[in-house]
Amino acid sequence: MNFLRRSLDNLKRPFGKGQKFEKFAPAINAFDTFLFVPNHTTKKGAHIRDAVDLKRTMVTVIIALLPVLIYGIYNTGFQYYSQIGSPFTFFEAFIHGAWKVVPMIIVSYVVGLSIEFGFAVYRGHEVNEGYLVTGLLIPMIMPVDIPLWMVGISTAFAVLVAKEAFGGTGMNILNPALTARAFAFFAYPTYMSGNKVWVSEASNVDSISGETILGNLAAGNNITYSMAEMFQGSIPGSIAETSTLWVAVGALILIITGVGSWRIITGGILGAALMGFLFNLWGANALMSFSWINHLIVGGFAFGIVFMATDPVSAAQTIKGKWIYGFLVGIFCIMIRVFNPAYPEGVMLAILLMNVFAPTIDHYVINGNINKRKKRWKTVTENLKTA
Amino acid sequence: MEVIKNLRSNRGANLNIKGRAEKILDKTTSSKTFAIKPDDFFGTIPKLLHKEGANLKLGEPIFFSKKNPDIKIVSPVAGIIKSIERGPKRKIEKIIIEASDNQKSVSHSIDNWDKKTRDDLKAILSKSGNWPFIHQRPYGIMANPLETPKAIFVSTVKTDPLEGDMQFILKDKKKKFQLGIDLLNKLVDQNVFLGIEKSFSGYFSSIERVQHYTIQGPHPVGNISFHIQKICPLNMGEVVWTVNAEDVVNLGEFLSTGIFSPLRTVAVSGNSVEQPKYFQTIIGSELKPILKKAGIRNNENRVINGNVLTGSISDLSDYLSYFNNLITVIPEGNDYRMFGWLPFKDNSVMSLSNTSFSRIFNRKGFEVNTNLNGEERALVVTGEMEKFFPFDIYPMQLLKACMVEDIEKMEALGIYEIVPEDFGLVDYANTSKLEAQEVIRQGIELMINEVG
Repeated sequence: MNFLRRSLDNLKRPFGKGQKFEKFAPAINAFDTFLFVPNHTTKKGAHIRDAVDLKRTMVTVIIALLPVLIYGIYNTGFQYYSQIGSPFTFFEAFIHGAWKVVPMIIVSYVVGLSIEFGFAVYRGHEVNEGYLVTGLLIPMIMPVDIPLWMVGISTAFAVLVAKEAFGGTGMNILNPALTARAFAFFAYPTYMSGNKVWVSEASNVDSISGETILGNLAAGNNITYSMAEMFQGSIPGSIAETSTLWVAVGALILIITGVGSWRIITGGILGAALMGFLFNLWGANALMSFSWINHLIVGGFAFGIVFMATDPVSAAQTIKGKWIYGFLVGIFCIMIRVFNPAYPEGVMLAILLMNVFAPTIDHYVINGNINKRKKRWKTVTENLKTA
Repeated sequence: MEVIKNLRSNRGANLNIKGRAEKILDKTTSSKTFAIKPDDFFGTIPKLLHKEGANLKLGEPIFFSKKNPDIKIVSPVAGIIKSIERGPKRKIEKIIIEASDNQKSVSHSIDNWDKKTRDDLKAILSKSGNWPFIHQRPYGIMANPLETPKAIFVSTVKTDPLEGDMQFILKDKKKKFQLGIDLLNKLVDQNVFLGIEKSFSGYFSSIERVQHYTIQGPHPVGNISFHIQKICPLNMGEVVWTVNAEDVVNLGEFLSTGIFSPLRTVAVSGNSVEQPKYFQTIIGSELKPILKKAGIRNNENRVINGNVLTGSISDLSDYLSYFNNLITVIPEGNDYRMFGWLPFKDNSVMSLSNTSFSRIFNRKGFEVNTNLNGEERALVVTGEMEKFFPFDIYPMQLLKACMVEDIEKMEALGIYEIVPEDFGLVDYANTSKLEAQEVIRQGIELMINEVG
């Protein structure tokens, strides 16, 4: 370790203050702080600091994502082999999925991190860790056969327009990963919707039906999947969104570590359940009469509410606001599903919509606090006048 | 005794740090030089009355506040001004006084003080150097004698990490404490409030002519801002005064002798201290003899005038701050930790977050150091500040209002109700390593300059 430390210090020398490559210090620092928590000590404010930092927080989210990702990779192969009807082992399915998914992850990280490093050097701040999560989320919510260059362009659009244009990490209004997906959805609709994209090789092999459950319902078809399959996630869909079971494990990790907001998640589930239940009572079409419990476990709702809606930057920031925000994401998600037959998956648009309204929610919650204070001031000044 | 209110909150945390001072009082240390640091009087611009080499009696004015020349800051000891240390722009940093063997003191006439008018009392307190003991809210600066506060708060509870126990520090001083309280009663129309622990012992509960309230919960519940907000919240234009518990005794001492009383009992604590205990000393003492006696481990240490959350950086050759009941010594943390950012790794590093097992494994207390444990980042995580902030205020929004210097927003979000120290735990716990106290301090300076 000492040897490593010494060689790193040597390597860093030309990037030091007043040296030749000072401008590029953020780039080398990002690698250094990846290996070592730096020896910086407190200068102002509290003299001791918590062990938690943004790296640890973001890595916790990645750990919560891993079970879903691994299952998603396996499910990619599982859908392919089971639809063409050939026998397969777990390992074969996993390898098939990995061949498809890993290149997408690499493209997303390479494109996104290059832009992040570029902006860090340009703006002269350290590289923020937020992209570690975004970069993993982007491929996880894409259909499996989307061309890699589309992943790259969507990623670049999301980082540049949704994040850096607003000032970088912590300033963005929209969730960058969902922006990438929304960009791909509207720019390349044939690769992002329809009944030929949700299972590996569905567009090339005729015997494969690449339709999701919600797509089938919107088209008025019957569903052949059991509830257990929907919950476990052995159904077609975006790469890692299908398994409610493993999303629930991820949610548990996020909630126990306190990294994800349980208020948003609970609020979202309540909202979606309520909306689903109301539509059940109405029951005018197949999607409306689709049981509210099933609404919670199919499609991207579970993944979206746990991993995307809880993004602290784009969500509401106050405690009350988080309840309202989560609840409305749930409501709108089911509403969009049911009322928009062209686009039966509503969670992406529901979250993006609520991202836009999150500051408004916070504004009213905070105004409640401000008004209470101002009312107190007013009664005092009135008392002074009468006295 | 009647308790008017029990103040409790679960929002906060007690940091379990090793090295709490044992309840042993050492009265034998003596200091040769003493220093007054104008920085201890936040918001006061000093105007010196003497030059280097001047002879001073105990209680003789050294400097006064430019804003109000009647308020004198006096020497805690008789001696000679050895040197005046200045910083950038000739700012006065320390006035160092070498004690002489002959301890002469300035005596004030305090006969029949309880018959005197409020203005006369204020004049005596200002002249005799006792006025700086009285602070005001908003802003936590020295009180203005021209105003009358709506209440005076004294709290005998401190929840800051490793902070000294007031019940122990003031144990045999009931008479003087009561005398000090009586004096405060003369300065205010309504009430003097006294905060005591929920499970109180000792004499604080039998102090008369105060309204008692009890305090229960983790830090920062012991902060006086919390008590004021719960009992009589500050509105725009209103003033509340606060006095530290030991300074109430100093005021009482002054009333019984007529001589300025600079008593200070300090707890020396922290995980670098070999024998953490209490020392009887006076304001502005040298730290060296005290720390020598307590014994210091490790080579590279940070000496903190105050507690680990809100104290100021100091060193062995420094002097005790004016209002300080605590010196903390902890090791510097200038070392690297490989892959230290992995969740659930390095559980010996104290953490309030559930991304570490530290609280499960280290029930006996933590060895802390000054490592930043990361680097400063953008504000990403939300909701974490609220967990450690019992006030009816939105902490992150107030911090952001201070950063963009939006005075109207700062007022509306409650800048009048807090002082930087209330953000100590936010400083400690926030993921982005934001210097919250510094942001608030700058915000308050802006308020003082722009609004007054």
